[in-house]
Amino acid sequence: MEYKISKNAKITSSILILVGIIALVIGLTSGHGHHTSQRFWANLLVNGYFFFTISLAALFFLALQYVSQMAWGVTTHRVFQAIMSFMPIGAIVLLIVFIAGAAHIHHLYHWMDPELYVKGGAHYDEIIANKQAYLNTPFFLIRSVIYIAVWMFFAYWLRKKSKEEDALNLAAYADGVSPIYKKSIFMGVLFIFFFAYTSSSSAWDWLMSIDTHWFSTMFGWYSFSGMWVSSMIVAVVLVLYLKSKGYLKEVNDSHIHDLGKWLFAISCLWSYLWFSQFMLIWYSDIPEEVTYYIDRFEHYKLLYVGTFFVNFLLPFFILMSRDAKRNAIFLLPVALIIFIGHWIDVLVMVLPGTMHEEGSLGLVEIGMFLTFLGGFIFAVLTSLSKASLQTKNHPMYDESVHLHH
Amino acid sequence: MADKKIYAIYDDDYVLLESAKHLVSKGIFIRDVFSPFPIHGLDPVIGLKRTRIAITAFIYGMIGVSLALTGMWFFSIQDWPMNIGGKPNFSLWDNLPAFIPVTFEFGVLCAAHGMAITYLLRNWTLPGFKAHNPYLRTTDDRFVMEIHPHDNSVSAEDIKALINETCVLEIDEK
Repeated sequence: MEYKISKNAKITSSILILVGIIALVIGLTSGHGHHTSQRFWANLLVNGYFFFTISLAALFFLALQYVSQMAWGVTTHRVFQAIMSFMPIGAIVLLIVFIAGAAHIHHLYHWMDPELYVKGGAHYDEIIANKQAYLNTPFFLIRSVIYIAVWMFFAYWLRKKSKEEDALNLAAYADGVSPIYKKSIFMGVLFIFFFAYTSSSSAWDWLMSIDTHWFSTMFGWYSFSGMWVSSMIVAVVLVLYLKSKGYLKEVNDSHIHDLGKWLFAISCLWSYLWFSQFMLIWYSDIPEEVTYYIDRFEHYKLLYVGTFFVNFLLPFFILMSRDAKRNAIFLLPVALIIFIGHWIDVLVMVLPGTMHEEGSLGLVEIGMFLTFLGGFIFAVLTSLSKASLQTKNHPMYDESVHLHH
Repeated sequence: MADKKIYAIYDDDYVLLESAKHLVSKGIFIRDVFSPFPIHGLDPVIGLKRTRIAITAFIYGMIGVSLALTGMWFFSIQDWPMNIGGKPNFSLWDNLPAFIPVTFEFGVLCAAHGMAITYLLRNWTLPGFKAHNPYLRTTDDRFVMEIHPHDNSVSAEDIKALINETCVLEIDEK
């Protein structure tokens, strides 16, 4: 079945972009000088990262479906492929932020300041200077380009081959199994191998290096679980939206139950990692480690601690029951609230290190979020309309259609 | 004297499932099925209700969480305030992060053990209890339906005639 973007969806995403830009402009013009420019770039990083990694985690989940030969999710392959489609835009935004940082247009990345490395200079910082072998601007840019290029190659390949698979004539093959499916498993393995390292190292580079002195061995997994749960939220909401419009007839209650289980499980994983990172640092109370939390507890306490409780308790208690996971009345509000929650989570990863005590959740933040959200919705729905909503010739397609538990 | 129970013995789970559908469509009430492994899709056919073990697991988990928190509050705050690593010990809330791992583990422990014991008790299969499956081979390669004539309006002979319409291996009475 083909999907066509409805007029309402187009208007809604345009309104989101428009309202977002107006809020952004009002917010920026009412601010002042250096502070405003830093705030603008910080928000560009937050939203570029948040929406880019939603697409990235969708790619991860699609690859995971191939690698684990997951049968139930075949009817949702096109949904995850559509979520991947924001990657190019997100990648451009992120690269602009990184290049602008390297050109000293903004100061999100404190360590990009060359004076920190001048021995005996007034700004010499021994801790940062010791990290120079890894944390230097050229290597940072090269790494970022490699991550993004390789991830996008896999996204492009899986999407392209999945469309090619639709046109295959399976009778022409001796074993009746699509050769593209077998190749996709192999490519999925390669991607997950690469992603296992780069999901962590990209989080260190792009987010953890903002608080340059600070480090946490759990940070990679923590931000990875955040992007994964955000991506599952988008998948759930998109599937429910499409079903309410009469599409995706092949997706039944059991599929929605399974997606709900992922939402529940990855929310718990995220909460576990958030708390573990916090608890170990709180317990040992070493000055070089607690700085990160002191910044957040002094100026961002409600946002930081509040989102943890919302993102953990809401899905945990509401989605625990089997019936709630199958029912849009429970699933949708929880998904939408913790979507905002996980966006605030990224916001509080970036703002304290870049805006210090001056950061807040104001017009600029909301405007930038709405602009990106509108663009994201439009990109995903456009991509969804470019291919049939169901794959053909996937060996486990029938099994997925008959999923029942 | 009570009626004898009728046992229909099959050698395949799918055949049993189809036979159960056939018998139920004729209005026969199947009391129980013995099988070496769970048979997918059988529960709704023979009218089994959804298990409530998940609800008990939640209750046991909450009991574990409350017990752990109360215990730690009493041991290290109320009865004998302990200063470990300079952590605040004035109230439960101040020291909560340190208590969470134990609370979590104890919650899982209580939920898992409570659930397992409840399950074994409900099935009357706790260690040391006499097994009451009618045929030992239902733990290996046989699938058996148990039908009580007094559950049904038709006579035992009619039930057996209906069972014979299915691909049954053997009909037995005990």
